[in-house]
Amino acid sequence: MYKIVKKEFLTPIICLMDVEAPRMAAAAQPGQFLIVRAREQGERIPLTICDYDKDKGTVTIVTQIVGASSRLICHLEEGDSFTDLVGPLGIPSEFVNWKEEEFVGKRFLFVAGGLGTAPVYPQVKYLHSKGAHVDVIMGARNRDLLIFEKEMGAVCDNLYICTDDGSKGEKGLVTNIIDRIMAEGKTYDHAVAIGPMIMMKFTTLTMKKYNVPLTVSLNTIMVDGTGMCGACRVTVGGKTRFACVEGPEFDAYQVDFDEAMRRQSMYREFEIEADHKCKIGLHE
Amino acid sequence: MKAKMTRVPVREQDPKVRATNFDEVCYGYNAEEAQAEASRCINCKNPKCVTQCPVSIKIPQFIEQVKLGNYVEAAHIIAEDSSLPAVCGRVCPQESQCEGVCILGIKGEPVAIGKLERFVADWSRKNGIKCTEKAPSNGIKVAIVGSGPAGLACASDLAKLGYEVTIFEVLHKAGGVLQYGIPEFRLPKEEVVEAEIDNVRALGVKIETNVVVGRTITIDELFDKENFKAVFIGSGAGLPKFMGIPGENLNGVFSANEFLTRSNLMGAYSGETDTPIYTGTKVAVVGGGNVAMDAARTALRLGADTTIVYRRTEKELPARVEEVHHAKEEGIDFRMLTNPVEILGNEKGWVTGLKCIQMELGEPDESGRRRPVPIAGSEFDIETDVVIMALGTSPNPLIANTTAGLDTDRYGCIVADDLGSTSRTGVFAGGDAVTGAATVILAMGAGRKAAAAIDEYLKK
Repeated sequence: MYKIVKKEFLTPIICLMDVEAPRMAAAAQPGQFLIVRAREQGERIPLTICDYDKDKGTVTIVTQIVGASSRLICHLEEGDSFTDLVGPLGIPSEFVNWKEEEFVGKRFLFVAGGLGTAPVYPQVKYLHSKGAHVDVIMGARNRDLLIFEKEMGAVCDNLYICTDDGSKGEKGLVTNIIDRIMAEGKTYDHAVAIGPMIMMKFTTLTMKKYNVPLTVSLNTIMVDGTGMCGACRVTVGGKTRFACVEGPEFDAYQVDFDEAMRRQSMYREFEIEADHKCKIGLHE
Repeated sequence: MKAKMTRVPVREQDPKVRATNFDEVCYGYNAEEAQAEASRCINCKNPKCVTQCPVSIKIPQFIEQVKLGNYVEAAHIIAEDSSLPAVCGRVCPQESQCEGVCILGIKGEPVAIGKLERFVADWSRKNGIKCTEKAPSNGIKVAIVGSGPAGLACASDLAKLGYEVTIFEVLHKAGGVLQYGIPEFRLPKEEVVEAEIDNVRALGVKIETNVVVGRTITIDELFDKENFKAVFIGSGAGLPKFMGIPGENLNGVFSANEFLTRSNLMGAYSGETDTPIYTGTKVAVVGGGNVAMDAARTALRLGADTTIVYRRTEKELPARVEEVHHAKEEGIDFRMLTNPVEILGNEKGWVTGLKCIQMELGEPDESGRRRPVPIAGSEFDIETDVVIMALGTSPNPLIANTTAGLDTDRYGCIVADDLGSTSRTGVFAGGDAVTGAATVILAMGAGRKAAAAIDEYLKK
């Protein structure tokens, strides 16, 4: 069960895996996520579904090493299996319910920050296949956090790349590019931003100036991911919503990002301690 | 012979010691104690205890066998009606069911039916007794959504009748609330829960974990693509409720579901798994049900000074008397007639306290209980690092939203009749998904009734 059939390091700290999960591969849609456990004592880790192959019965996940649990995932090899893999979870992106003719002439802007490129990719691919116009801005701190440039380039109309340190693409932030292309006269019917909470917050503030509807996908803390625990609650439009079953996508202009960022950091001290222990264990 | 008026006392772990560990609180009867207690049963001609049991266990018959020392026979009698006796012997509210109507209870103490059931179940497990008699397979496939008490009870009955039963479980372990909700010190997981689920598997029931019915596969696909002829939905209670007071999204505010799931399902209590759990030094639990007691007693064992905050009086606490008694013995502080109005936090967004208001009891409400009314100007603060909300749950909309033609009521619960039939032909439902949060045994009762109804439906 849940055998890793392909593993590839996209950058020194980001790893892509194709995993056997036939039922999930058959059901997955853009915008959804899954939960993985790397071992019997492992945490349930929510990850976005980056791609799916209904014929091969596999789903693609992309993991960035940020702490103990993601380090464990990236240490699994081809032929190894995950202890558990469950999904697809969450509500698919709204456009999967559109009729074919609705896509024609529609202009989308996607803003992907770091690993947020992973969930952006299936959405862009889907919209491109339906004939919509899609521009993508990909940003990251540095080149080690940039993934899928080639794949994304193949399914979008314009691809803009930037890094904070200028190690690849333009030097600067995604919001700089938004301002620039909007000044150039680009127009969009809809925008989607997925990435670190702070990047989504500033993208939201920037996009608001241009009056373009904006959707964000929230990567909150979750335990079960099925609506049971409420760890993922976020304030949207002044109301408490559960990102796992009512999201993960929400209207960006309604999201309380400051609260979401604070809640996301709830277990940071545990994570630092666990990662320290984990590194010791792996070096032995 | 005149029956003894008092029951054989049951041995328990010392409260001071158990407040610091997760080992089981109650040790249960040994054979000698069980036989002595069983001999108190006067074997009524018209046993009321059976009528009050949601799964109709033949109580006097099994107790008679215990009295005679025929434990294997006793186990087989129970197995006819229940596949989870070691669970039910531990967590059923016997005082309001079988034991509540025991004739001996009029003048003395009722027979300790729950403890006897537990003895028989524990004895048979330790002695490798299997009760897996079943009819030959009829090849008809039935799908069950959820491996909690409702699903397991329904699956067992159908498997015994010869159906090919597959349970789909969303979590990574089978058992539902038995696994994520009820703590180790009340219900040991490996020894009791997993062993009883293995007994259900031994009847031929397949359990597929990590399947989200409604997302991984829909109810319609179960019929159309996988050739199931009937579906039982026992998906349990859903989304945790919060109070809607200021400060509820501060860091350090958890639903009881989250706190207990981290501790139980994810094993955080043991300190040997990767999932973190946070208690700080002081914990306030809001609510008065069994889940509130479980959360409070877990927090206490993790080292926190723990307070239960409840808006009515002790008399109205919905938790079992035994649980309240155990919680008090262990040192949990009970603040009755106290209702939170705001959760207080520091500049970093972490909980620092709970602002409450003193309540008094007014006129009875629709539930017949006297309504708690706030006393104006009586606000006060309780210092705490963590607030756990144990206020019940509202239904998870996932299955209803992804199944055309499945009716729900205004609360979002799936509408089903007494036998579990829903608005969709071939789809049955029972347990918390239908009633809202209730007990293990009521869910099992609903699962059994639905199993009988499914058998009727499929025989047509």
